[in-house]
Amino acid sequence: MDLTPLVISAKLALLTTLLLPLVAAPIAYALAFFRFRGKSVADALVSLPMVLPPTVLGFALLVCMSPGAPLGAAWESLFGQRLVFSFAGILIASLVYNLPFAVQPMRAAFQKLDHRLLEAAAVLGLSPTAAFFRVVLPNSLPGLCAASVLVFAHSLGEFGVILMVGGSMPGSTKVASIAIFEAVEALRYDDALYLSLALIPISFAALMTINRLGNGSRS
Amino acid sequence: MTLHVQISKRLPHFDLAVCLSCPPGQLTAIVGPSGAGKSTLMRILAGLEKPDEGRVTLGDTVFVDTAAKTFLPPQRRGLGLVFQDYPLFPHLSVRDNVGFATKDRDRVAELLTTFGISHLADKRPAAISGGERQRAAFCQALAREPVLLLLDEPFSALDVDTRRSLRRELRDLKQVLPIPILHVTHDLEEAAYLADQTLALERGCLSENWLQRVVQGDFAGMQTAAQRP
Repeated sequence: MDLTPLVISAKLALLTTLLLPLVAAPIAYALAFFRFRGKSVADALVSLPMVLPPTVLGFALLVCMSPGAPLGAAWESLFGQRLVFSFAGILIASLVYNLPFAVQPMRAAFQKLDHRLLEAAAVLGLSPTAAFFRVVLPNSLPGLCAASVLVFAHSLGEFGVILMVGGSMPGSTKVASIAIFEAVEALRYDDALYLSLALIPISFAALMTINRLGNGSRS
Repeated sequence: MTLHVQISKRLPHFDLAVCLSCPPGQLTAIVGPSGAGKSTLMRILAGLEKPDEGRVTLGDTVFVDTAAKTFLPPQRRGLGLVFQDYPLFPHLSVRDNVGFATKDRDRVAELLTTFGISHLADKRPAAISGGERQRAAFCQALAREPVLLLLDEPFSALDVDTRRSLRRELRDLKQVLPIPILHVTHDLEEAAYLADQTLALERGCLSENWLQRVVQGDFAGMQTAAQRP
């Protein structure tokens, strides 16, 4: 049995979990604490991947990443290779698809924070950026861990968006869920079963790690 | 540096309109009934809210001047704040809370000793009592050597003994702090014990009658009694 799809899935889920907070945390912070024009539009845009069918989102991303589109063309001129049907392409798709699953728990965690802590930080001389790193983040760790759990679990099982953007390129974009689907289609039920069973300990170990981090931060 | 305040702000049920001066080294107590606008006044002085109109200056520093459209954010006012229900940072030890806004570790250690909480330096706020938390809050406010100290009912959630002890400490502190101190309190005895001048705020306005009505002309006697050891 080829274990490469499992490795690609784990790599994709880990990278998404590690990279997404860098984008999601500032968005969640802005949505939680600031009033600005177009906030409801921004809120809806961020949540859109949660309600769109994965194939629709995947198709939209495929169009954006194609060599004729600005994003795809810029990528190709920078790195000399196509974005669609590449690991970088499915990573970007995974980041977009998981954005609401990171932003919503983070936003809830930020909103739960005692607002007076931020006022106290301001009076003590901290800029909003410094307050974010020194007050907001350390006091929102359980929420950030919850977001990581959701994102990791969600990206490990991605199918529709990845298939649309990455196809099923062995060794680069063929993730475990696609390999399982293809094995079932080809009536290779043993391969499908072993791949499915192998996903369980990976998911369990990752969730245990993230939960432990969360408990550690709480205590 | 004297604090000069002349501000007005429309509140839901009345207009807050205050004009006062507070010289350095003096403690000005602001007393009055609940909902009179005392805390809003303190929040305006701290820069956490803006007045509709008016001017607040400390010496040459303009905190706010609505006519000139000047507003100094709270980060740049350099003041100390101790509010009744302001939490310490729960993820930090008492020492790190006190040293939150200063790199001067010696000053932090000195303040912890002065306020008698050096033995609690490594504890988190959740592990200490309310009185100890307020002591830590005073240390935190004083650590960055503020130019103005704002106290909004800092003792009201404490038991009688702790309140008395902290009052004494604040009175000692006042003798050595060359800055204006504004102290909002419900407690007239506390105001009498601590204050160099006492102002009453009623429905947003400084009121001479309120104090007289409340203490029925016995405030002076109470002040004398409160000054006794």
